[in-house]
Amino acid sequence: MNGLLDSLWRHFDVTVAILLFGIGFTTLLLHTNLIKKIIGLNIMETATFLFLTSQGYIANRAAPILMEGTRAVSGYVNPIPSGLVLTGIVVSVSVTAVMLALTIRLYRRYHTLDIDSMTLMMKGEDE
Amino acid sequence: MQLVQNVPFFSIMLSMVSAIVTPVLPRRAAKWLSVGVVAAVVCLHIWFVPFMISYGGSYNYMMGHFPAPWGNELRAGLLEAAIALALSVVMLLSQLAGLNKLQRQIDPPKQGFFYVMCNLVMAGMLALVYTNDLFTAYVFIEILALSSCALMVARQLGHTMVASMRYMILSLLGSGLVLIAIALTYNLTGHLLMENIHDVIAVYAANGEYALPITVIIGLFIAGIAIKCGVFPFHMWLPDAYAYSTSAASAVLSSVVSKAYFFLLVKIFYRVIGIDVIMSDMALNLMLVLGISSMIIGSLGAIRCLDIRRMVAYSSVSQMGYLFAWVGLGSEVGVAAAMFHMVVHAMCKSMLFLSVSPLCDASGDSKRFIDLRGAGYRYVVPGITFTLGALSMVGIPILGGFFSKIFFAEAAISGTGWVQVALLAALALSTLLNAFYFMHTVMGLYRKPRQGYEPQPFIKSALAAAALVVFGVVNLAIGFFAKDIISFITAGLQTFA
Repeated sequence: MNGLLDSLWRHFDVTVAILLFGIGFTTLLLHTNLIKKIIGLNIMETATFLFLTSQGYIANRAAPILMEGTRAVSGYVNPIPSGLVLTGIVVSVSVTAVMLALTIRLYRRYHTLDIDSMTLMMKGEDE
Repeated sequence: MQLVQNVPFFSIMLSMVSAIVTPVLPRRAAKWLSVGVVAAVVCLHIWFVPFMISYGGSYNYMMGHFPAPWGNELRAGLLEAAIALALSVVMLLSQLAGLNKLQRQIDPPKQGFFYVMCNLVMAGMLALVYTNDLFTAYVFIEILALSSCALMVARQLGHTMVASMRYMILSLLGSGLVLIAIALTYNLTGHLLMENIHDVIAVYAANGEYALPITVIIGLFIAGIAIKCGVFPFHMWLPDAYAYSTSAASAVLSSVVSKAYFFLLVKIFYRVIGIDVIMSDMALNLMLVLGISSMIIGSLGAIRCLDIRRMVAYSSVSQMGYLFAWVGLGSEVGVAAAMFHMVVHAMCKSMLFLSVSPLCDASGDSKRFIDLRGAGYRYVVPGITFTLGALSMVGIPILGGFFSKIFFAEAAISGTGWVQVALLAALALSTLLNAFYFMHTVMGLYRKPRQGYEPQPFIKSALAAAALVVFGVVNLAIGFFAKDIISFITAGLQTFA
């Protein structure tokens, strides 16, 4: 037990990422309000990005950005995970935009944000 | 490097560029550009596949001539080229056969965007088939998810909007899991290119290191892709989405998008993790369980339907289940059978969706079985193609579906213990249920209409009928050349790793 706590503390960034992912995941799945679902989705994705970035971080090294001369390779953190996270953020922004657009559409049609009552109303209507 | 070797890159770029150009074009031009690009990709692949057969092996294509750690790579092999050709043919025929219907169902100003999404789906499919880089795969998974969501809502009904919301939610969970799997893989191996990861994991497996993380990675990939494909516990969005979106969209979603995801999963198994590691890993049982439950639940769902398109949609759930179950079996024969069925199902399910919608038109725009009685006489060509597709799905000899069932049964017999029993039982039960609901529908199509039914005039489209005839011919051809196709797939799988 002590060993587990110790390793959780040693990798506390990963621990936080997993906790955030769990929070996001449950919000996305269990809430019926669409806006809350989208918030949950964003928390979940942020957790993934935190996990990715923390894997590329090496203590006491600088970000791999070119400013006033270069250092040796050993002076920088691993840039690949940061690059992946940047791509991931772009993806997440566009996904959020599409979800919000759909939410607006649905709200205009059903005047509610609750997906369960939407489904009920939808079942009543034919084509 | 010969010119023909650029085909994978050209096809992806062609689809991407046309997706950018299409929105500013007038509607007619947009339509023909979109269809033309797909046709061009088909032609390029008709040129490319014979080249790959004579070339024998596979090659890596560096984008922009940057070597591995900096540049992005594509990989072309026998199997990739053939699957890309098959799925592009499905895409082309689906677009042609659904064109008339979608012009009536989608608001005219929005039609341009439908064609954009078709091009994006095409680009995403080709990229997933050809990519040699895990992260590129992730990006295109998301592009495919967004564009297929847009295809669903192109016809704006309450059903499609709610279904696409559910699809987005599940789909994003799925891509989240895939992204974590990719992050873990990178963490473990320090690479994103498939070959490099494969080499490192082979060393780990030989030394017995990191067994648990590798199992977790495989499980995450399976769960992520299973959500995307709409396999049993994750299929809630599927019936509404396929039943209410326009017929071309349903055909593309069921036959191109979910097949591209499935191919990616097989590719990850062979080229990233390594098939030997996969076969001995317990995470594969997850796939088996998902597959078998999906086979049964999908068929049961289809039987309960009163509406022909929902029935075809539920049948998709059960057919995706076959693919998952037989890859989950954990033998090369099983994977080959699943790949064969993937092609059969792609051709067949798109044909079914596209035959259903003219039949509904001929029945006063109703999808209910009771109104569809006699529709096979009112509109002959779709009636015949639906019957053909239904017979193939049930597994009547000389059609493709019959050979998939034979290959499935052969592969299942090579399994061990309870796996063998479970797979054979599921195959038998699911075939029985398939036969029940498909034959019931086909007989309904050729029954006398209910009393007092007055046939209404409807629009016939020559283009759709012609595309359906080509679909029928392709499906018959798959049946005739089944033995050659399966030996081709087996040879392709051997050069895959």
